[in-house]
Amino acid sequence: MATKASRSAARIMMAPAVVLLLGWMLVPLIMTLWFSFTKYLPLRGDSIERGLDWVGIANYARFISSSSFWPAVQTTLIMVGGVLLITVVLGILLAMLLDQPMWGQGVVRILVIAPFFVMPTVSALVWKNMLMDPVNGIFAHLWRFFGAEPVAWLQDASLSSIIMIVSWQWLPFATLILLTAIQSLDSEQLEAAEMDGAPVIKRFWYIVLPHLARAITIVILIQTIFLLSIFAEIFVTTGGAFGTRTLTYLIFQRVIDSQNIGLGSAGGVYAIILANVVAIFLMRIVGKNLDA
Amino acid sequence: MGQIQLKQVTKSFGSTEVIPPLDLTIEDGEFTVFVGPSGCGKSTLLRLIAGLEDITTGHIEIDGQDATSVVPAKRGLAMVFQSYALYPHMSVRKNIAFPLRMAKLDQAAIDQKVEAAAAVLNLTDYLDRRPGQLSGGQRQRVAIGRAIVREPSAFLFDEPLSNLDAALRVGMRLEISELHERLKTTMVYVTHDQVEAMTMADKIVVLQAGVIEQVGTPLELYRTPRNIFVAGFIGSPKMNFLTGEEAAKHGAHTVGIRPEHIDVVESGGAWQGTVGVAEHLGSDTFFHIHNTGLAETLTVRAIGDVSLRHGDTIHLSPRVEEFHRFDAAGLRIA
Repeated sequence: MATKASRSAARIMMAPAVVLLLGWMLVPLIMTLWFSFTKYLPLRGDSIERGLDWVGIANYARFISSSSFWPAVQTTLIMVGGVLLITVVLGILLAMLLDQPMWGQGVVRILVIAPFFVMPTVSALVWKNMLMDPVNGIFAHLWRFFGAEPVAWLQDASLSSIIMIVSWQWLPFATLILLTAIQSLDSEQLEAAEMDGAPVIKRFWYIVLPHLARAITIVILIQTIFLLSIFAEIFVTTGGAFGTRTLTYLIFQRVIDSQNIGLGSAGGVYAIILANVVAIFLMRIVGKNLDA
Repeated sequence: MGQIQLKQVTKSFGSTEVIPPLDLTIEDGEFTVFVGPSGCGKSTLLRLIAGLEDITTGHIEIDGQDATSVVPAKRGLAMVFQSYALYPHMSVRKNIAFPLRMAKLDQAAIDQKVEAAAAVLNLTDYLDRRPGQLSGGQRQRVAIGRAIVREPSAFLFDEPLSNLDAALRVGMRLEISELHERLKTTMVYVTHDQVEAMTMADKIVVLQAGVIEQVGTPLELYRTPRNIFVAGFIGSPKMNFLTGEEAAKHGAHTVGIRPEHIDVVESGGAWQGTVGVAEHLGSDTFFHIHNTGLAETLTVRAIGDVSLRHGDTIHLSPRVEEFHRFDAAGLRIA
């Protein structure tokens, strides 16, 4: 197989796929970078055919000096952090629960995974209209049943509500990965710890949790990538109002609502930087955890 | 101290009874080996003693105290598992220190005990490594180290050598025996390997289907097996069993004779047959003999290298005084 001829043949045959993938990534990236340095307002008659005016870093300066920039970054980080915290903690608990032998295990496991199959738009709408509606929602009925004043979830606790919705969607993913990790734990290790005098909590802390470290890392990294770009859940619930405007949503508003493609592109580049900073930060923390 | 007493202990999983009522006393300081074919309940019995499984009925007493419902950690026993069950994310030092940390000893005392255990087991150079960086034998020693530091009243070993290669197994066998000589602590050791049982034990407990077939010193079991099962299980190669005419001559339903108690003679001899496979080990030669008219194959051990080959006719002379006689129920006839 590893003759010179077969190796070059392999290279030639892989080339189209590599070129396609590179193009897929590089073209949008380069276009975004280009737009971010130009004045591009389609409603004012700017277009690529007529040529765009080079404005240097004006878009970057404007995007970052906007009063909505830092709150948007903050909202993004709170939302990602909140969802990660909820999904990892509940995921570990659910995984341990599902690992116990019980009747109807197969069905229960499928039910737990189910939310992951629901489209984000649909699940956000279901939460908004069926659960969180302050007049007809199930929560409102529940609150009234106990004699309490119904909460206008998406207005008064908007950020927490969206965190709740997104956590519900991502909990199955975390649970699934953590469950497979827990199942690979050697039961003799737990028994050895039991013989060594470790009560349940300490067995969890010293044996189960370190065993899960790697899986938790994977859950956190993958979820972070997807959570930084949450959009549908915000769009169909609050539309970015009540302090739920994330960086992604801000960029959307700049490009679509304000029809300022240059400014939005600059925001996109900031989002890339933010994602990388978060990723490096996470790698560092999690990497240390793996060594301990 | 470390006397363990089982009184009418039974164990059932659901409706299947794994261990019917069983009585056994393990004396203080004794090296007891549970041996039997796989699935005979020997590991279950060890786990019952450890407290990792609840017994269904009966009592377990440790040093005269009822320990039936005492949690594993409070029984004062330490266990070495088949997979070693080391904590992979902790260094060797932390692994050995774990039971001491759980017992909330102060750091100075922990360090001192860990160093002492490491010195005994030749692990001093490896204290800061992770289990993943150690060889099988070293991991085994770490597992033993973790058991030693607790200064238990008895050690429980669950087939600890079955994951090691043959050469290492012989070495670890000696190390565990030496450790027992030095610590004089009660040890209960589970194995399916009768060689391990014979070489290490003060007392062997032969189990089959959860039932104790015989309890005794290695040589007692070798010389006076109580029934056909024990006779066949103890000794290597396996004892030859003959039925029919030959057994009737000795007034028994079945007679057994060990391969080492049949002599190869030049001519004459009571039996003869053709050599099937001859295994030449240098020190011994094992012959598998066919066409004797006694049994399908007869195994014979000759000392030294006997130059008989496949297909040769062999003359055999069994030592009459070494016949074991069994009745129709398989029990020994005295």
